[in-house]
Amino acid sequence: MEHSFFYKALVFLGAAVLFVPLAKKSGLGSVLGYLFAGVIIGPSVMGFVGAEGQDIMHYAEFGVVMMLFLIGLELEPELLWKLRKSILGLGGLQVIVTTAAIAGIAMLFHFNWQQALALGMIFSLSSTAIVLQTMAEKGLMGTSAGQSAFSVLLFQDVAVIPMLALFPLLATTDILHKPSNDTHEAGTWVAGQPAWLHAAIVLGTIAAVIAVGRVAVRPLLRLVAKTNMREIFTATSLLIVVGIAVLMGRIGLSPALGAFLAGVVLANSEYRHELESDIEPFKGLLLGVFFIAVGASIDFGLVSQHLREIILWVCILIAVKSLVLLLLGKVFKMGTEQNFIFSFGLTQVGEFAFVLFSFSFQQGILSLETINIMTAVVAISMGLTPLIVMANEKLILPRVGTDETEERPADEIDEKHAVIIAGFGHFGSTIGRFLRANNVPATYLDMDSDRVDTLRKMGYKVFYGDASRVDLLMAAGADKAKIIVIAVNSPEKRLEMIETVKKHFPDLHMLVRAANRYDAYDLMNAGILHIYRESLDTSLRVGVDVMSLLGFRKYTARRLARNFIRYDEANLKRLSAIRNPDEYVVEARKYMEEIEATIQSDRQFLTGEADLSWDPDTLIEEVRASLQEDPLQ
Amino acid sequence: MRKILIIFAHPVLEKSRVHKRLLHYIPQQDGITLNDLYENYPDFDIDVKREQQLLLAHDIIVWQHPLYWYSAPALLKQWQDLVLEHGWAYGKNGYALKGKKVFNVITSGGSIQAYQREGYQHCTITEVLRPYERTAELCHMTYLPPFWVSGTHKLELLQINEYGHKYSQLLQRLQQDSLNDEDMMQASCLNDLIENSQNNLA
Repeated sequence: MEHSFFYKALVFLGAAVLFVPLAKKSGLGSVLGYLFAGVIIGPSVMGFVGAEGQDIMHYAEFGVVMMLFLIGLELEPELLWKLRKSILGLGGLQVIVTTAAIAGIAMLFHFNWQQALALGMIFSLSSTAIVLQTMAEKGLMGTSAGQSAFSVLLFQDVAVIPMLALFPLLATTDILHKPSNDTHEAGTWVAGQPAWLHAAIVLGTIAAVIAVGRVAVRPLLRLVAKTNMREIFTATSLLIVVGIAVLMGRIGLSPALGAFLAGVVLANSEYRHELESDIEPFKGLLLGVFFIAVGASIDFGLVSQHLREIILWVCILIAVKSLVLLLLGKVFKMGTEQNFIFSFGLTQVGEFAFVLFSFSFQQGILSLETINIMTAVVAISMGLTPLIVMANEKLILPRVGTDETEERPADEIDEKHAVIIAGFGHFGSTIGRFLRANNVPATYLDMDSDRVDTLRKMGYKVFYGDASRVDLLMAAGADKAKIIVIAVNSPEKRLEMIETVKKHFPDLHMLVRAANRYDAYDLMNAGILHIYRESLDTSLRVGVDVMSLLGFRKYTARRLARNFIRYDEANLKRLSAIRNPDEYVVEARKYMEEIEATIQSDRQFLTGEADLSWDPDTLIEEVRASLQEDPLQ
Repeated sequence: MRKILIIFAHPVLEKSRVHKRLLHYIPQQDGITLNDLYENYPDFDIDVKREQQLLLAHDIIVWQHPLYWYSAPALLKQWQDLVLEHGWAYGKNGYALKGKKVFNVITSGGSIQAYQREGYQHCTITEVLRPYERTAELCHMTYLPPFWVSGTHKLELLQINEYGHKYSQLLQRLQQDSLNDEDMMQASCLNDLIENSQNNLA
């Protein structure tokens, strides 16, 4: 019973369902929820899972593999090029400086230089999953802190590859080379090979993966896609990832690395989005299990034995990592507040550490004891992240950063404006500039402290923070305002805001930005009357110019475009009424179905309602007919 | 050489039979400027400064448009409202257009016979055009009788082209200033001052 699959599933899923929403509700983020769930069900507390922890880690590592596959898939060459300065500069310097600093400190703790270097590299990495999730949850991805964090994490993800290649060269002979209890190493192609041959085999296999990915996988996917069987495509996606993982295991390398490579190779394929949406749910669940397993694997016996050492290491890590980041943030001219958000966000060690620990163990670099202690250090550093971020928000930022509300001279009357604009990005800023150019005063809400500072300097009335918070809306005068323009970037944030406004400020008119048709559907379901699709008017302006360059009369083209907008809005309402919102379809396909339905119904516009404005034909007909009856007229 | 500005207003030129031909017959030469309002201001946002500059740079102004409901298409009315500013075109200090000549080039479904006191429309074309006459006088311009293409629904292409020829000749003679002012003021239509090449037009 104890070891049955269903029992384990029950424990894991139950713990996740119980603790993750709790952690999210209390603002701690889902990762800590998973970790905590792990601690609770682990041997130290409830003991629901015990000796099989290692086993679970094994499964859970597959979540990391999938995550890396997805990271690889999402590496867009253009994005990399655009961010090259911050990726290479900020990211590169962060990894190098942090590695050096931690390696130096580790040598003071009597590690030999190989071990110190390995630890330095491992600890220089931060957790992509934790940071991106935390930042996205707080809606900070668009800010300069979010962008910089993204760049650094991206570099770290890529930096894992040379690290994995370097580790075999760091192997020292004074440590047991091949631990007998290691299941990984047994039966690999590299067992017992000298270091240089080992490296050669690794590089050769990587080259082979790239070649096969380029030549063979795309035709395979095309073939599978043609069968039109969704589950077979999913199976193929999983097969690719599992296959890579097995292959990498064979050469004694991290499966995660191989998956990352496979992802990069397939990033340019036309099936990228399909692969992404297939793997994504598996990844999410397995990653959750991974975090639970990390929580469960914290050996509290060991922790209490080496408590002072562990606490010391955690402090060193957080201090070194945040100081290096703060320094680099300053060098790269980040605003104070953004720099603090960025630096304290990345203080934890990433989930790669667990992978690299097990790898360094196989390579005989680090001892089992060191790895056990350091695993606890990493887990604690991860667990502390939400607390550090919260401490930063509550204690540090209010002192050094941008204030939520502007302090104004007491004699100035703080009048409430009739218009509130939430989000001063590309979309909101145009609205704001237009209103300001016409002397319509408005109050602004924005998440980006650098932007807020700049706007305040220009004399705008700006509130800083999450616009879906009731207290911030209240401070901005939502109770007295007439209109709120919801122009923030993230569709989820927009829906959150709508709920808040509906609940607390029911008299406020909401004018809401929508990214596209689905977004508009969601907003319609939320009961929004004023919905503005970002691309509708602009696209039609292009259409008008195309017609006019082809020789159509400009006024006619304009009128047709305006008609089209009216038609399209009505059509959107109609399609929204007949569409089934509960139906789950994968994004890409959903989009095509939607387009198809839309184009189908566009025929009405083409044939049903011909443009009869100023049309003289019927009149001419009538006049000529009467002329035949009475030629004298 | 007089300079002529043709202010043209037609919301759907692509559906027009007569105006499309009339435009075709406008001499392509210096000193005759076509200002296509619906093409230049499809959003009805008239550039007042530009329009005023154009008016100042010409001696003879032509309002060319179809007659819709006894008036011009909406954009020409908008043009009048915005361009003929108080203090510029009229009023105590508004003399910018003083001395310029202006007339309408119109097309109507109704025939000449219909536009008589005792005809179907119960009024003459001069009476229909009274608002333009008043506008011109208020702006200190000389208002001339219209160039009028009537009964357009019955016209065949050949007849329309005949009108086109006449329009072309009228514009050229106005440009050369070879028409007697007295004769023009006396005529009921400027068409009458141009020789018929065929006699089939009333």
